[in-house]
Amino acid sequence: MVGIIGKKIGMTSIIDANGAKIACTLVQAEPNVISQVKTSEKEGYNALQVSAFETKEKHSNAATIGHFKKVNSNPMRYSHEFRVDSVEANAGDKIDVSIFVEGDFVDIIGTSKGKGFQGVVKRHNFGGVGPATHGQHDRQRAPGSVGSSSYPSKVFKGLRMAGRMGGKRIKNTNVLILKVMPEQNLLVIKGSITGHNGSTVVIEK
Amino acid sequence: MDLIKLVEQEYIKTDLPIFKAGDRVTVHYKIKEGAKERIQLFQGDVIQRRNSGLNATFTVRKISNGVGVERIFPVHSPNIAKIEVNKIGKVRRARIFYLRELSGKAARIAEKR
Repeated sequence: MVGIIGKKIGMTSIIDANGAKIACTLVQAEPNVISQVKTSEKEGYNALQVSAFETKEKHSNAATIGHFKKVNSNPMRYSHEFRVDSVEANAGDKIDVSIFVEGDFVDIIGTSKGKGFQGVVKRHNFGGVGPATHGQHDRQRAPGSVGSSSYPSKVFKGLRMAGRMGGKRIKNTNVLILKVMPEQNLLVIKGSITGHNGSTVVIEK
Repeated sequence: MDLIKLVEQEYIKTDLPIFKAGDRVTVHYKIKEGAKERIQLFQGDVIQRRNSGLNATFTVRKISNGVGVERIFPVHSPNIAKIEVNKIGKVRRARIFYLRELSGKAARIAEKR
């Protein structure tokens, strides 16, 4: 399994052969560099470390600069490791969007939009408590009971409550690639993907 | 470079006639019935054009058997075979929704000369 690191551009739509409009998301992925090859002999498992988004040396520490010197590359901002069955690539090779073809199903990893502190209705799809009318008030978005009384005399761990929502690592699985545009380093992906525009996404084959 | 425009431009029609609210148009719309495809005409007055780029649509209003019928078409839909402009209307606004309240002689639009 290999993949590529890219940037979510935004959403638009394309028109298919039947004349139907299909919502899609654009992801731009400039050619990535394989910054390290891990093998079962040396590291105990086979993997490719792929890096993207060049940055200036003055913004990187010596360890990062040294790591990328080994593959004759400028230091980069973001790396991701892809496990592979057997290593066929060399460190320093480039990976671009042409590893994907139209019709591929991929997984996309990104960070979801932060929603702030949210109640249980939005965060966990609770239904609120009780009816809206007949004299009820202040219970529409309430979480309800959080447990029994003297036994167990505590609230169980992991009980779903209000709190911070979003801003988490999310994997969108089995997403269809509608189009690959190698000149623009662009992928057209069916439907929506997680995260805000401009956010970093990892596309796994 | 605007990548979203770049992806959209492949689907955007460039050979469209110029028309705006108040114009009378005939839309030649492709209809699929099973395997057969035929063209249906819809003639009426454009009462609005909305959105931009690939999302642009226009609304056509006509009176059919005494009942007002409005239909919204996507400007760049491949199912539109042709848009014919029959008459250029003289109206003062971009959205002529006031036509919905009018009927008969009052609902006519003056032609621009």
